[in-house]
Amino acid sequence: MSQVTTQPTVEQIWDWLDAVPDPEIPVISLVDLGIIRDVAWEGGTLVVTVTPTYSGCPATSVIAMDIETALRDRGIIDLNLKTQISPAWTTDWLSEKGRTRLEAYGIAPPQPAGGPEKCPHCGSKDVTRVSQFGSTPCKAHWRCQDCLEPFDYFKCI
Amino acid sequence: MACEDAFTQFLLRMGDNTLILGHRVSEWCGHAPVLEEDIALANTALDLIGQTQMWLGLAAEVQGEGKSADDLAFLRDAWDFRNVLLMEVPNGDFGRTLMRQFLFDAWHSIQLGRLMKSSDDRVAAIAEKASKEVAYHLERSADTVVGLGDGTEESHRRMQEALDYLWPYIGEMFQSDETDAEMVKAGIAPDPASLREEYDTLVSRVLTEATLTIPESRFAHKGGRTGAMHTEHLGHLLTQMQWLQRAYPGAKW
Repeated sequence: MSQVTTQPTVEQIWDWLDAVPDPEIPVISLVDLGIIRDVAWEGGTLVVTVTPTYSGCPATSVIAMDIETALRDRGIIDLNLKTQISPAWTTDWLSEKGRTRLEAYGIAPPQPAGGPEKCPHCGSKDVTRVSQFGSTPCKAHWRCQDCLEPFDYFKCI
Repeated sequence: MACEDAFTQFLLRMGDNTLILGHRVSEWCGHAPVLEEDIALANTALDLIGQTQMWLGLAAEVQGEGKSADDLAFLRDAWDFRNVLLMEVPNGDFGRTLMRQFLFDAWHSIQLGRLMKSSDDRVAAIAEKASKEVAYHLERSADTVVGLGDGTEESHRRMQEALDYLWPYIGEMFQSDETDAEMVKAGIAPDPASLREEYDTLVSRVLTEATLTIPESRFAHKGGRTGAMHTEHLGHLLTQMQWLQRAYPGAKW
């Protein structure tokens, strides 16, 4: 760890944050998840604006800690983490990279139609919902009727 | 009544509803009939507790006594709670729990829709966030009420019993008082009575599909949202929810 002598650019900070994995779904980054809404310098203070996914998501406090740790490791000490609830987080903010990675990991990405487009394992379109809820607040539980594998679906909100 | 006091009361009513229902629903954790339902109930409870943090957080801010959402949740006794009685009645069986969830979700979704247009930006922001979650709750509870109501002979009977038991607790959600009048005047929240028509339309559509009969009586148990009188169940609930703070005052982790 070293104290910064010149202020890193906002682009540089976005890159650093893009390397911080989501604590529950580590194949995507916090930037992919779309919860980092703004990064800006206010004088010597770095202000990072975060919009939580679900209001009761237990990962929220872990995420705040991970951001702080990642930026502290890069020498940023003067940090202000701002929580912004409006506009409310939406799965439209997931990055393309994030969607691709989710699918490769076995989690069907959100679709406006309200259900997965296809099974993330075998690609079959014959899928059925097991439960509207899943292992984390952001997911639902589905099953493929062809390969019979269960899978998580990232809920569209 | 000063407007700040009315505003605090209104926020406590919102936050106490989600807190007490969130706690009730969480009592199912590890006891639901199937794993998927267990997870669904826990997720619903989690959303409600998350919303509580926002409502009670704002209540504490408006109250201006330096308290936190946690202080309000854990350091008040039964008479200070402002939730409607429907939230505190015991869960009963799975059917009754889901029926209560549906009867509340229907009101909650309409209320949050109105609050998104609140003159207070903080209220509007919380409502915007919560309404997305509640739309999802309503979809599930309505589906389950239809599935069980229009299900087997036994599930139908249990759902009708649940509806008959819970229906007298519905009216309280639509009772207006001075606090509400202040909120309407300030443009912060709608008159509760103005939600009834939309509620009846929504609820009767789902209950008809569920082949259930809506009781005719409009008798309403009340006293929770004004704090005049809670049921005996709230005190018992609080002994469990507040146990840690009562046994170890000021404990933190």
